[in-house]
Amino acid sequence: METLSSLADGFVIALTWQNLLLAFLGCFLGTMMGALPGLGPSNGVAILIPLAFTLGLGATPSLILLTSVYYGAMYGGRISSILLNIPGDEPAMMTCLDGYPMAKNGRAGEALSLSGIASFVGAFLATWGLILLAPQLVKIALLFGPAEYFALFTLAFATLGGVASTNQAKTAFAAALGIGLATVGVDTQTGVPRFTFGEVHLYDGIDFLVAIVGLFALSEVFLFLEHRHGNADASGHKVTVGRLMPSWSLLKSCTPTMLRSSFLGFLAGVLPGAGASLGSFIAYTFEKKLVDKEGTFGTGDPRGVAAPEAGNNAAAGGALVPMLALGVPGSGTTAVLLAVLLSLNITPGPLLFTQQPDVVWGLIAALFIANFMLLLMNIPMIGLFTRVLLIPPRILMPIVAMVSFVGIYGISGSSFDLVVMVGFGVLGWVLRKLDVPLVPIILGTLLGNAMENNLRRAITIDNGDWFALIDSPLSIGLWTLAVIGFLLPIIFGKVVKARIRHMARDEEGATID
Amino acid sequence: MSDRIFGAVGLILALGYAWAALVIEESFLSDAVGPKAFPLIIAAVLGLSSLVIFFKPDAAPNWPALPRLMEVGAAILVMVLYAILLPELGFVIATALAATYLTWRLGTTPVSSLVSGCLTSLGIYAVFHLVLGLSLARGPLGF
Repeated sequence: METLSSLADGFVIALTWQNLLLAFLGCFLGTMMGALPGLGPSNGVAILIPLAFTLGLGATPSLILLTSVYYGAMYGGRISSILLNIPGDEPAMMTCLDGYPMAKNGRAGEALSLSGIASFVGAFLATWGLILLAPQLVKIALLFGPAEYFALFTLAFATLGGVASTNQAKTAFAAALGIGLATVGVDTQTGVPRFTFGEVHLYDGIDFLVAIVGLFALSEVFLFLEHRHGNADASGHKVTVGRLMPSWSLLKSCTPTMLRSSFLGFLAGVLPGAGASLGSFIAYTFEKKLVDKEGTFGTGDPRGVAAPEAGNNAAAGGALVPMLALGVPGSGTTAVLLAVLLSLNITPGPLLFTQQPDVVWGLIAALFIANFMLLLMNIPMIGLFTRVLLIPPRILMPIVAMVSFVGIYGISGSSFDLVVMVGFGVLGWVLRKLDVPLVPIILGTLLGNAMENNLRRAITIDNGDWFALIDSPLSIGLWTLAVIGFLLPIIFGKVVKARIRHMARDEEGATID
Repeated sequence: MSDRIFGAVGLILALGYAWAALVIEESFLSDAVGPKAFPLIIAAVLGLSSLVIFFKPDAAPNWPALPRLMEVGAAILVMVLYAILLPELGFVIATALAATYLTWRLGTTPVSSLVSGCLTSLGIYAVFHLVLGLSLARGPLGF
């Protein structure tokens, strides 16, 4: 009951004209960014953070804008999967498998609207899951002391590579690099400068927004330059969208699939180290095992479109649970959303729910609003979004680069930060070539200081005894999970990744002939 | 081979980081842990993972051929120049130049690149400065 009244308060906050307009704008931009191949949800949110920040929006309005972008990008990813067989972002990979064959059979419109509805169901249920689960998690989190928090951060890093990670050494390297970057600047506890080499600009540390925008957005530009993706235009593909609304019987036959997939996706989102990509993968494979008796999956079965879309949108909602309740994001995009919170001076975690309930519930209400808007927007306006796909990347990428520059310059007005950002862009490009994940770097720059502070607090409380870190059963449990989470992918990672790739290749072969 | 070089660079980075941590001047007022301990732990993680990467390298990625590499290099140079010249030239001119260059190098014909670059610059200026009121770099011409 208490939850419902808080939620009602949230709606009061979210339902102002300004916030509705921001939600609309966010949904629209998000869907576009999701739809464009190469610009995923992390990129989209990353580019827009500095803008929301420099526009002087308050905490709740900025959050509404950016989470709408986040949900929107999750919706948008399916459009290019279905129409072009190119996933708009990573989680939409599984949607290609049945979405593209459906489009080839002349049912593109149905596939698009069905997947829109599946996305809605997934995100809607996941938002309810968030409302129910997050306050419970908060109760547990209130028992955490500094030592437990330090263990929790370690757990987050250890599992960030995910089950599908192939090289844990590279994940560890990336995390250490990120945390190392966070230690640059004046030490918060004793006031001595560290790793600044006398450069005044470095005294307040490296702005994580500069790092994020450089690593994500600019490295994408360099990748395009390297491959000269100019030829990846959509001009060659002419797809007739066809009938827009799916029939009731089709929707009815997909409903159980959507419900099951939403549940699985939500779980995958909440658990550390899984995230939306795995959510859609699990949802699809499970559904295939369960209902695919005639072997129609992969040849344009509508259920094969509904399952991964419900799964990945539910996972997107689920990933918000640990981010809001514990302050520890479990996926790349939620890491970027954490950056939003931190740059707005909001520290997520258990105290957020008690101290700033307006932010939390306003955000949750905004998620509901965004979700409805996206559903409404995605069915009639689908034609507009498909046209966006016709903008060639050679025009688009420079715009992305320039908007990134504008955002960062807007924050600090310093050329130095822009040069640092270009540096991060180059670093991001090289690391991506070397298959080093970028998300741990981002998370490291975001959480590095909090992690160090908790470590030092824990040990100072116990008068310099380092065993304070493994003093309570709770922290021992977290450490054990961290070790297991780190070691598991070394054993199983290759198997899982090979299976994802294998499936994707199989289907590709099937659609070519 | 790429991973061997990467591992070696990572190791040097870890050693350098550890050295820089060791020479941090400690303040007379310090907590039980001090400002050095945490960076040293991180340096250890960095070093160990670099060693693993060095001794168990993955297959090398496809590095672009020299001309493509030059292409990326030139783009980096243009972006750095853009960052430095932005306050000198003003937002509109600098952005138009940089956007034109990038569009051209991504495979658009020179004339369309120029048009697209100028439109990008003016468009961003109109949306972010005139509509949203963001303060952008002012050049000698006032825009």
